[in-house]
Amino acid sequence: MSDAMANGQQMLTTADGKPLKQALARAQSHAKRRAFLLVLPLLAFILITFVAPIGQMLKRSVHNDGFTMHTDIGSGVETPIMVNLKGWFKANPAGTSPDEPAYAALAADLVELKRLRAPGQAGTRINYELSGSRSLFTKAARKADKLEPPYKQALLDLDEDWGDPALWRVMRDASSAYTSNFYLAAMDRTRDLDGKVIMVNENRQVYVKLFKRTLFLSLLITFLTFVLAYPIAHLLAVLPLRHSNLLMILVLLPFWTSLLVRTTSWMVLLQSQGVVNDTLVGMGILGDENRLQMMYNQLGTVIAMTHILLPFMVLPLYSVMRPINPSYVRAARSLGATSWTAFRRVYFPQTVPGIGAGALLVFILAVGYYITPALVGGADGQLISNLIAFHMQKSLNWSLAAALAALLLGGILILYWLYDRLVGIDNLKLG
Amino acid sequence: MALPKHASTLERVWHYTYLVICAAIFLFLIAPILVVMPLSFNAEPYFTFTEKMLKLDPTGYSTRWYDMLLTFGMLEPDAPRGLSWWADAWSNAAWISAAKNSIIIGFFSTILATGLGTVAALGLSRPEMPARRVIMAILISPMIVPIIITATGLFFFYSSIGIQNWGIPYLGVVLAHATLGIPFVIITVTATLVGFDHSLTRAAANMGADPITTFRRVQMPLILPGVISGALFAFVTSFDEVVVVLFVGGLDEQTIPRQMWNGIREQISPAILSVATILVLISIALLTTVELLRRRSEKLRGVSPG
Repeated sequence: MSDAMANGQQMLTTADGKPLKQALARAQSHAKRRAFLLVLPLLAFILITFVAPIGQMLKRSVHNDGFTMHTDIGSGVETPIMVNLKGWFKANPAGTSPDEPAYAALAADLVELKRLRAPGQAGTRINYELSGSRSLFTKAARKADKLEPPYKQALLDLDEDWGDPALWRVMRDASSAYTSNFYLAAMDRTRDLDGKVIMVNENRQVYVKLFKRTLFLSLLITFLTFVLAYPIAHLLAVLPLRHSNLLMILVLLPFWTSLLVRTTSWMVLLQSQGVVNDTLVGMGILGDENRLQMMYNQLGTVIAMTHILLPFMVLPLYSVMRPINPSYVRAARSLGATSWTAFRRVYFPQTVPGIGAGALLVFILAVGYYITPALVGGADGQLISNLIAFHMQKSLNWSLAAALAALLLGGILILYWLYDRLVGIDNLKLG
Repeated sequence: MALPKHASTLERVWHYTYLVICAAIFLFLIAPILVVMPLSFNAEPYFTFTEKMLKLDPTGYSTRWYDMLLTFGMLEPDAPRGLSWWADAWSNAAWISAAKNSIIIGFFSTILATGLGTVAALGLSRPEMPARRVIMAILISPMIVPIIITATGLFFFYSSIGIQNWGIPYLGVVLAHATLGIPFVIITVTATLVGFDHSLTRAAANMGADPITTFRRVQMPLILPGVISGALFAFVTSFDEVVVVLFVGGLDEQTIPRQMWNGIREQISPAILSVATILVLISIALLTTVELLRRRSEKLRGVSPG
């Protein structure tokens, strides 16, 4: 502004004499603030009821105070536990074999555990990494008062597992509430006695396999939805709107129908005594004794999920195909291209954005699917979400569930970011 | 789509093959939804068409499963069907109370999602909105994040703040369902606001209308179809949601999907199919409404289909 003045130009002002630039900036920041204030309530709502809870849950994947803190359920009073042992771990580096002071610290902590009625919680925390440890703690705590020095001998007499170096390694890790061990477990890895990361025993490797299966099935489902959606999206795009709007109902109705209803329908159709098998047997294609097993396995998951996610592929494809000008293909044909070449070189490249949008969306939704695999998947049609639910509800290893969830969420957020970059969230269409 | 006269034989064959393929795919899309309807009238407790049904023998069909929806959970299901029988059904039948819960939860979460979502969409569609991209991504994320992660997060969150002790029934589930419905409201309302002529609001302001009057008299009528569509989406999302209810819902907060989920996992009976049929009919009604609204909105905004 001062330069302009120096040049001797007349400064533009508003009617009340303010410099125009300033007034404009004020008006703009005012408009900005007003737009932001409109969004603020919802943003706060989502941050409190959605982002914060998920963040809090993910914290459990690196933080588990089962071996460090006891919280009384009634009063909420927090008491640190295993303090003596923690002190010994601090004084002695990893790999030191436990001596008499270590066992004495352990015995003192066990007495405290018994007083707090917390041996179960501490044992459970160790049990996550070394199965069978929970009963070790509950048994020892029951007799903690009667332990006499030398404590090492007394504890080993109680159960010789107390001398297991692996147990001491796990206790050392667990004596700090923050740990990366659950992420290691979620990737089929553990630590050896020196704290180095190694793969777990081959017959206990489940999670990497499951991640791979989830990835493979999601890719397969994405591919199948693409193969099925492409022809009908094309048909819908080239028909006159009067007809295509009618046919569109056939795509939108499944979209609006309850997920559970669609899954139930597939259970009805695919059962060994179900409609599909009955039809095949009735037509004589299949013998009554060798009915196809199409449910409670991967096939069931793939069929049902392909059906359920198909509209998410058709809609973006359709919205890209509709505005494609048919004269391009006609021009290619008149220049001598066969219909295949015209499709391959002229039509198909124009639909690639739609394929990308649909494929990303279907893949993102498929990777996190829970309900359908849970109902029709059987044992080998389960996806990673089902395992998270298992650790939440059955095995109660919440930290492991959180670690698995964090890995899944991380992957999905990367894809989501990619989707926003390539497609733009604004272009998400629902019918 | 008509075939030109000069098409070669190969092209003709391919054209009809293509139409057959398309028909097969449409059948794949729609058949599973339609097949439950006749099966829900099965007189036998099977999930397949009995011989009598195929011969269209009336004795092969019955409404016993619909009847079971009413009587299941009643105190005296065999009493004569008078006023007291219906009163019993209304207050005790498991599916009816599940329907009541579903509607209450759906209603309040829809109100919350639509109210907050519409106001936010107004802000988001203004050109001067700061950090639009990031905020939009956060607001749409409930649709993208796997439901099991949302459900576990809410499970811990609600138990840490002790929401069940606040004395407001359904509160946890309503808040969660509102969160899940919000992306749909944002998407549909911002879609109606695309191409919204902002000179209309400026004109209204110019003529002395305050912002609230401008919104009520100028913007609202134009975006109303989008708002209603979004509300319907939000309602359906809540009405269909089972995982969050399983994780955070109290024992007495049985909803229709939760009841179905239990039914499918435990004692699957054709009664489930009659519920499914009713739900399909509801979704047909909703789809029709949304479709009519979309056309109305297009007419209002002058983008009529060609």
